Amino acid sequence: MALRIDPDHRRFRDIVRGKIRQNLRQYISSGELIGKKGDKTVSIPMPQIDVPRFHFGNQGQGGVAQGPGQVGDVLAPGEPDENGAGKAGSQPGEHALEVELSLEELAEILGQELELPRIEPKGKQRLITQKDRYVGIRRAGPESLRHFKRTFRQALRRQIMMGQYDPKRPLVVPVREDRRYRSWRTVPMRQSNALMIFIMDVSGSMGDEQKELVRIESFWIDTWLRTQYDGLESRYIVHDATAREVDRDTFFRTRESGGTMISSAYRLCAKMIAEDFPASEWNIYPFQFSDGDNWSSDDTLACMEILKRDILPAVNLFCYGQVESPYGTGQFIKDLDDVFRGEELLVTSEIKNKDAIADSIRTFLGKGK
Amino acid sequence: MQHWKSRLPAYLLDIQREIEDHARGYGLDFWDVSFEILDYKRMQEVAAYGGFPARYPHWRFGMDFDRLSKSHVYGLSQIYEMVINNNPAYAYLLEGNSLVDQKMVIAHVLGHVDFFKNNYFFSRSNRHMIDEMANHATRVRRHIERLGLEKVETFIDSCLCLENLIDPMSPFIVRHGAEPPAPEEAPPPELPRLRAKGYMEHFINPPEFLEKQRHRLDAERDKPRKTPRAPERDVLQFLLDHAPLELWERDLLSTVREEAYYFAPQRQTKVLNEGWAAYWHSKLLTEKVLKPSEVVDYADHNAGVLATAPGQFNPYKVGLTLLRHIEERWNKGRFGKEWNECDDYDARRTWDKHLGLGRQKIFEVRRLCDDVTLLDEYFTAEFCAENQFFSFSRDERSGNTQIDSREFRKIKDKLLFQLTNFGEPFIYVEDANHGNRGELLLTHRHEGVDLHQDHARATLEALARIWHRPVNLRTLIHDKPRVLRYDGSAHSDEPG
Repeated sequence: MALRIDPDHRRFRDIVRGKIRQNLRQYISSGELIGKKGDKTVSIPMPQIDVPRFHFGNQGQGGVAQGPGQVGDVLAPGEPDENGAGKAGSQPGEHALEVELSLEELAEILGQELELPRIEPKGKQRLITQKDRYVGIRRAGPESLRHFKRTFRQALRRQIMMGQYDPKRPLVVPVREDRRYRSWRTVPMRQSNALMIFIMDVSGSMGDEQKELVRIESFWIDTWLRTQYDGLESRYIVHDATAREVDRDTFFRTRESGGTMISSAYRLCAKMIAEDFPASEWNIYPFQFSDGDNWSSDDTLACMEILKRDILPAVNLFCYGQVESPYGTGQFIKDLDDVFRGEELLVTSEIKNKDAIADSIRTFLGKGK
Repeated sequence: MQHWKSRLPAYLLDIQREIEDHARGYGLDFWDVSFEILDYKRMQEVAAYGGFPARYPHWRFGMDFDRLSKSHVYGLSQIYEMVINNNPAYAYLLEGNSLVDQKMVIAHVLGHVDFFKNNYFFSRSNRHMIDEMANHATRVRRHIERLGLEKVETFIDSCLCLENLIDPMSPFIVRHGAEPPAPEEAPPPELPRLRAKGYMEHFINPPEFLEKQRHRLDAERDKPRKTPRAPERDVLQFLLDHAPLELWERDLLSTVREEAYYFAPQRQTKVLNEGWAAYWHSKLLTEKVLKPSEVVDYADHNAGVLATAPGQFNPYKVGLTLLRHIEERWNKGRFGKEWNECDDYDARRTWDKHLGLGRQKIFEVRRLCDDVTLLDEYFTAEFCAENQFFSFSRDERSGNTQIDSREFRKIKDKLLFQLTNFGEPFIYVEDANHGNRGELLLTHRHEGVDLHQDHARATLEALARIWHRPVNLRTLIHDKPRVLRYDGSAHSDEPG
């Protein structure tokens, strides 16, 4: 149910998040409530903005209360005065703000923080299908949509009101005005026209730490792209020496071992695009994550060939992210950069650690393709 | 005469009528009350709006709503009753509460409405505030449409910084017309002379003396006249009268001021008002309304309302016990000279003159008192000890909050200090032409506690936005007189 206060509530949360009215931020205090959820104690962030007023400073004021206890009994333990015993603090206090966010809001913030441009979809109209939904009743309409029950109910109501209804002889005869028809509304359904293909190297050299990096990065990419396209398809490919398509869950969990033939994944990817997602109708974003350790230079050559011939012409952007692995040589990224120097559709980035994820996302999506 | 139609379901309306009859039987005197049943979401919304169905758009209502709905979700608190001081009064029942709860709330609300109608401090409040609030909302929305939300909201925030700078007593001060304006060319007053017989005139009023008198008069006449003539507590009204505001700004400021005055009596009488309502809901329910099967539930919920965790001050509890204490004293004749001078512990303990004046006395208290006068007059050493009051403060060394005294005098002083002017500082407008530069000078009447300095500076910034000229605040900081100054871009701080 929509409430009158909703806009005020939204505005308050925007202020807390620092989106608007930055001058008020300094008065935000991050209170918290201690609540219970099941048998666990949880802390509920309760940001509060205190409008400044003339009021008393608080030192040693206290108050009056009721209850048992001796003079000197402690009611609430506290920290000793910083200015008294300890050193005076030189840094401003840090306010940790916890704010509950929905995923959409998070993506929006992500977009703002990383200064990601909004993506320009491929230069053709979005596919829009229309769907009719029956939402109500009206007085006029085609006979085929006449609502039998409502029509008779209306007739009954009319007869009772006019005193024509006789319970002993319950005869209900609808007249023209009693007729009720189903009514519908046409809802435009925008069809998904973007595809993400996540490709991950799961060979023996990719450890848990590397997969963690991949998982985090693909989550954020996924979140951002979802705000850009109304519907979004995603496909997942894992490969070692051979490639196969898996579901999302498996994608993040599998750990295999074995050699690495990146070309296998590229072939699968190219096949997927060719068969299921005609490039003229889809915005396609392959993301490949690997430690950059390919089996042989022959295979690397094959990769370049497939990329150049089948994949790049079809996609909006091809992103290659290389995580650092203790085993790999990390050669692949150099090969890619050498071969595709100046190619706009191919973006490479190295993800050394978690801190580098944001930069990597910016590199990938910062072009607004 | 009922010009509104109750929206209560019939069975609740019957209960309301029944409780109202009982209440009238006890001498309560209230307006019509329109109860409305709200689901919890709407309840939180209305509570965030201070009990009103609609207010002007502002984030702080959203903030209150945020807090209320979170504490509801986590089961920390729920809103029991809400009632608006309005004629007819409006009150709300929470959908899905048990019947016992609804009865309790109805009885409690009748207590409040009786209080609104009869307490002196409410006598000047606007009894059609529902309409007024709706008008405010419409007007503010119109300003927003014209000027944009950001601009209007920022100005409202500035006004809210000054919201507490009102004089809650000013509605009761009757001024007989405006002060007559001094005529532009007043005839020069006659020189005062000492009385003398004609032939002595020259000796008693020599020319030098007359000259001196003339000088004094001239000096007096030329002395710049101060605005305001006497320090003015209603800072908001002063700003409305004298600050160079645009029409919409003036409108917003007066809106904030009007609402502050409307809510002031409720803040002045928190303890007494809640105590009075609790007294009557418990009396009505236990003596008249409850069915035997409902008593246990009632007792449980009532105990929840009156619960005082150690170290808390629960106005419901304090107000209720104090009213019962007063009732007992006047029933037993424990007042007056004889009682006050009696030192005999046993005699005091068994003192009972069977006067039966208690009921009459508490009705008198409800008519005449606010929290300050209530506690000043009736918070006695006995009451203090019986109810285990103590005063607490923060220990500088350990940082712990601890009990610092159980001495009656100290407790009472602290209590009164906290309630006087809502525990807020007294601030006056001293001079609108400070230093002959059109600057505003406020004075803080220091009563032992310093102002929160950062907030005071921020408040001066808000004040400067409204006054459009530098503003000054004279106060004491660590017992030294200082003048805080904000000139529109920078703060300074001079010894004053």
